[in-house]
Amino acid sequence: MADGTIGLWTVPLAVFGGAIRVSTPFLFVSLGECITERSGRINLGLEGTLVMGAMSAYGISYLTGSPWLGVLAAGLTGALLGALHAGICSLPRVNDIAVGIALMLFGTGLAFYLGKPLIEPTAPRLPAIDFGWWSDVAQVRAALRINVLFLIGVALAPILYWAFRATRWGLLIRTAGESSDAARAMGYSVLIIRLRATMVGGFLAGIGGSFLSLFYPGSWNEGLSSGQGITAVALVIFARWDPMLCLWASLAFGGAAALGPALQSVGVTSGYHLFNAAPYILTLAIMIITCSPKRTLTGAPAELSITR
Amino acid sequence: MIVGEVPMPGGALGVDAVAMTMRFGDFVALDNVELKVRPGSFHALLGENGAGKSTLVKCIMGYYHPTEGDVLVGGREQAIANPKNAHALGLGMVYQHFTLVPAMTVAENLVLARDDVPPVVNWAREKLELEAFLANMPFKVPLNARVSDISAGERQKCEILKQLYLKRRFLILDEPTSVLTPGEADEVLGMLRGMVVNDGLTILMITHKFREVMAFADEVTILRRGKLAGHGKVADLTPDSMARMMIGAEELTVQPARVGQVGEPRLELSKLNALDDAGAVAVHDVSLAVRGGEIVGIAGVSGNGQRQLVEVLAGQREAESGEVRVAGEIYHANREEMRRHKMSLLPEEPLKNACVGGMSVADNVAFREFDRAPFASGGWWLNRAAFRDDADRKIAQYKIKTRTPDTPIAALSGGNVQRAVLARELSGDVEVLIAANPCFGLDFAAVAQIHAEIMAARNRGAAVLLVSEDLDELLELSDRLVVMFHGEFVYETRASEANLTEIGRHMAGH
Repeated sequence: MADGTIGLWTVPLAVFGGAIRVSTPFLFVSLGECITERSGRINLGLEGTLVMGAMSAYGISYLTGSPWLGVLAAGLTGALLGALHAGICSLPRVNDIAVGIALMLFGTGLAFYLGKPLIEPTAPRLPAIDFGWWSDVAQVRAALRINVLFLIGVALAPILYWAFRATRWGLLIRTAGESSDAARAMGYSVLIIRLRATMVGGFLAGIGGSFLSLFYPGSWNEGLSSGQGITAVALVIFARWDPMLCLWASLAFGGAAALGPALQSVGVTSGYHLFNAAPYILTLAIMIITCSPKRTLTGAPAELSITR
Repeated sequence: MIVGEVPMPGGALGVDAVAMTMRFGDFVALDNVELKVRPGSFHALLGENGAGKSTLVKCIMGYYHPTEGDVLVGGREQAIANPKNAHALGLGMVYQHFTLVPAMTVAENLVLARDDVPPVVNWAREKLELEAFLANMPFKVPLNARVSDISAGERQKCEILKQLYLKRRFLILDEPTSVLTPGEADEVLGMLRGMVVNDGLTILMITHKFREVMAFADEVTILRRGKLAGHGKVADLTPDSMARMMIGAEELTVQPARVGQVGEPRLELSKLNALDDAGAVAVHDVSLAVRGGEIVGIAGVSGNGQRQLVEVLAGQREAESGEVRVAGEIYHANREEMRRHKMSLLPEEPLKNACVGGMSVADNVAFREFDRAPFASGGWWLNRAAFRDDADRKIAQYKIKTRTPDTPIAALSGGNVQRAVLARELSGDVEVLIAANPCFGLDFAAVAQIHAEIMAARNRGAAVLLVSEDLDELLELSDRLVVMFHGEFVYETRASEANLTEIGRHMAGH
């Protein structure tokens, strides 16, 4: 391989690298949604949160010169949108799904409106750690340039898994999601638990958005998100509300999304758009396989409006 | 508690409610009621549904703030603003609906209930402490099992243990045995009785079962329609005298005598299997024949597949395998077959399973026949006058208390919703009747009327399948009794020869 190419090995390598890059927003949004749903609420507005997060991260990074301040701003914007969702849902007779759809449209619309002046300028991007320094092959080095946010997300999954089991907040979130009667009988306010869980969920989804605008693809425009936010919500169902399964599922979806570009890079161009649809086909297939009209989902928090 | 006040005395804790009145708008739920629970006693609170028992204990626990009246704890007047205040005074309550989280383990549920859950739970240490606590308790529960996997009896024990773990000294139990077999009920109440006698626990138990009052309680207070109807030592009272205080002067429908001959098999189930919502087998290879002119009762603790069985017969759930035959023909529970075979159904939770809550009483009573003459012309044009006439007639005949026939049925009380369903299902000819917990949560008058109607349908030759969690009801009405456990029929007996202990043993799966 004197010319530095590695032939067909490019495809799995690109899928691997892509899985890591593309999965990060999936990972953050799905972990966030996992927290929210375990408390008994569904926030479908995370698509809007993701786009708002991307926009505010890019804007703050551009204005301050610090991409990390951008990430923080994205998280806070997400938490704010989460608080809005939880606030509206705490009113009597309000349906969380309908509010979520409204906030999804509101979030994307607001982001496009506020983000108009950000399409032209270039903001400082998030740094990546070069794990491929040992290799001479360009594709290997490219695949192993890994963003810190991905590593944080990977660490977050087992931490959440542990926290749901062994911390007071984890137990309270699960109680609110499994039996609001029990939570109330113990003297806890279900609405406040859900408010906090939805805010944390929004915070993580916002960070997922900052990855889009500050690392990969790494710019701000209106076509930035192709439904990652809403796909991640579906992914939580597929992952059975388990943070560790959210991690594996995000990686699988990231890999599927990287399939099209990877094949194109080795010259397979026919069906390019079909391969790009792979994550959505995967979503549909998984939903058909794992859901049945005759039985309720195992592991589903009992207070969710879709399972009650 | 006020700083500087003398702390509460140790030992047994008594609670008195003095001149309690609770109004919700115009409705008087409690009218100047007195309740005196002596320290270290087992006190029963008796009354029909709607008599004000739950309202009274919720006032004591701080869920409601009484319009007038005071609560004395340990002889001292206490302002109990919320349940946390009550808990701090040592008062605890076990609710009729479990407050355990089903998806969590027993240990998680116990630790979670504490006021001082640490930010990070050290499970190894907590488990050791819980085991040490359990070692001194009369009941045992599996700490690492998920609550959804343990039996109703064990759940009830967990609820009680939770209160003891929280060091409560005055326990209020709301119908604690409604989901237990007679054997489990005796075990749990016997252990509690022991703790009252030996450990200075005080218990106030809401119930409607005279048997338990006679066997375990020291004293009883009886409420009727929000008023104090009587109180005294259990030793001085009989079930009859207590029943009279509960019902008052109301005339109950007299149940007709059991007459007539048993006919041909009308409803036959063979090797029927059905799954529950989680996809687990709920009904397993169930076979049964119900003949015309007989009532077959199905006994069992709630959650042993009775619900799914009734849903299959009602057409609400598909059977996995097996067949249902009515009058010898395969039955798919479609509308045409229901009409042809004169099938009637009294499902549990009638407002949910047999009514459209937002539609009027008149519409709901007409569901069986609404698309035929005289209700409809040509199968589509509805004749409202016929609906109204029919509803007026049935409302009078079945004593349905509703403001007008056009009132939405959801606005009626539980007893009147069931009377409306009864009017719809039983006023015509009935060849097969399936009834599931038809009297759950209803008052004596409604229960007497429903029992009389079911017996009358049997006497007219209908095949009746009665699924109930109330053994007394089954023993009173059934000709034959079948016990269902884990989705299977495990025992059958003639009701006239039934032995309560034997039935209870099979209900618990022994």
